Amino acid sequence: MLTRRTLMAALTAGSLLATSGMALAQDKLYIPLISKGFQHQFWQAVKAGADKAAAEFGVEVTFEGPDTEAQVDKQMDMLAAALAKKPAAIGFAALDSQAATPLLKQAQEAGIPVIAFDSGVDSDIPATTVTTNNVAAAALAADKMAELIGGAGKVALVVHDQTSRTGIDRRDGFVNRVKEAYPNIEIVDIQYGAGDQLQSTEITKAILTAHPDIKGIFGANEGSAIGVLNAVKETGTTGVVVIGYDSGKLQKDAIRAGEMAGAITQNPVGIGYETVKAAIAAVKGETLPATIDSGFAWYDKTNIDAPEIAAVLYD
Amino acid sequence: MTALPAAKPRLLAGGAQQKILAFASLIVLLVFFSLASPNFLQTANILAILQATSVNGVLAIAATLVIITGGIDLSVGTLMTFTAVIAGVVLTFWGLAMPFGIVAAIAAGAGCGFISGSLIARMKIPPFIATLGMMLILKGLSLVISGTKPIYFNDTPSFPQLSTGSLIGAVVPGLPVPNGVVILFLLALAISWVLTRTTLGRYCFALGSNEEAVRLSGVNADGWKVAIYALAGGICGIAGLLIASRLNSAQPALGLGYELDAIAAVVIGGTSLAGGRGSILGTIIGALIMSVLLNGLRILSVAQEWQTVVTGVIIIAAVYADMLRRRRAG
Repeated sequence: MLTRRTLMAALTAGSLLATSGMALAQDKLYIPLISKGFQHQFWQAVKAGADKAAAEFGVEVTFEGPDTEAQVDKQMDMLAAALAKKPAAIGFAALDSQAATPLLKQAQEAGIPVIAFDSGVDSDIPATTVTTNNVAAAALAADKMAELIGGAGKVALVVHDQTSRTGIDRRDGFVNRVKEAYPNIEIVDIQYGAGDQLQSTEITKAILTAHPDIKGIFGANEGSAIGVLNAVKETGTTGVVVIGYDSGKLQKDAIRAGEMAGAITQNPVGIGYETVKAAIAAVKGETLPATIDSGFAWYDKTNIDAPEIAAVLYD
Repeated sequence: MTALPAAKPRLLAGGAQQKILAFASLIVLLVFFSLASPNFLQTANILAILQATSVNGVLAIAATLVIITGGIDLSVGTLMTFTAVIAGVVLTFWGLAMPFGIVAAIAAGAGCGFISGSLIARMKIPPFIATLGMMLILKGLSLVISGTKPIYFNDTPSFPQLSTGSLIGAVVPGLPVPNGVVILFLLALAISWVLTRTTLGRYCFALGSNEEAVRLSGVNADGWKVAIYALAGGICGIAGLLIASRLNSAQPALGLGYELDAIAAVVIGGTSLAGGRGSILGTIIGALIMSVLLNGLRILSVAQEWQTVVTGVIIIAAVYADMLRRRRAG
């Protein structure tokens, strides 16, 4: 007997939690976002952006993601439940595009627009992809580098890889900007360290040995940037401008301590916000560009604690 | 919702009573969610719930066998992943035909179960420690063998059909029950038969109620224990095939934490962690309760953090009910 009472209590609690959502669901557009994660600060920032857009445009948004980026099957269960709710549109960041294809086709057949976000979905089903414009972001890093080394001298890049979209875009964004705007800056080396801190450290040490007069090094993701930083510290090199990408505790500490000049941060809040906005546009039948830039920003010692920057940085 | 079929439970034997309690809870959940949202009781959604139950259900069947002996198997989740990776090696790296992959995955599972069982029965390492070690070993080996990358089954186009295809749907149009679900129920019937009708099943319960008595009566207790762990391992191999087939890939980093979902399903279904008592039917109901609950909360747009809280409450409530019943019976 007691089971039923306990169970009913739990169910009542559940239904109370649900009522607010259900009451809203009747006349508002419903847009679930299925993300690659949930607890991580980065994903909570994406969720905050989505919630902000939901309040602003008067739609109902839910945000779910598996506990770890390995749980591909749990993400499928979330996507299946989201589809069962007959949503107006769906935001989706695939853990594994191939595994998700059957469900995405199901969405397509039901006429539910899919908006890919973050790393996106490797498929032609999504109406658009909301992501960081890595080319423009790396070009901003090049501008800052030029400013900090006085527009002339030798620089090098340590990139995570030459095959991934982000690796290619960040390298080309930086290199092309230097070529077109700063004729006195010479890019002496581009090396790939798989985003691994240790590997990137060794690569950077080799660069520092080969080019003792080097003025600056750009690390194209968190692991690469930490690697560059470690090498500069271990060799006791001074006067080299280090520019990083993304955040994380080590980079933030290095920037505060002045060991790193600054870094580019992506805007997870913007990713969530733009995804919901694009979903609404897709429901209305508006044409969307193939990709939507969610924004990025430069941060250094001077603005690291500014509210708009602190909100997008993570440990 | 208050008039539930638990009116005459006291007339029934203890085990049956718990099963009816669990079954009643499942019905309560189904009725509640159906009333709360028109989107819940739709064929597509019910099939999605069953599909979501298939892997956890199979793992929970494996866990039930071990828990009835009074043991525990923490390695079921990563063993599932390991067998999926083995299937990937056989089918994709070596390019062999599908039956080889199926046999290899199940054999690898049984082999690992045999090792766990031997560590426990022959070397007397406590089950919790032995299978904790196996859990980590298999997680690591899955990453090593796969090179930390998913192995796709694109060279074996029929492989995804194993779990996501529908033989029933081919015969009865409009009822596309995925094969993975059919496999779960067939396996449940088979293992239920093993538990209630065979010598292995009898020793499974006997080891859990009084291992010393089994030993003193001259039975090879250790041998039977190893056999039970090996059978459970083989069943994890089936789970590995189902998840790999569903994702069309062996995801090497997956699996950690899945053992807890399996154990939760077993416990909700009324199998005692103290051993000696339990049933496959209860476990299947337990696994269904978990996935109906999660799916229903999602359909109601309950925030993800609260979904976890409610699941925890349900597990504690189910076990507390079981304890009360046993206290009354004892």
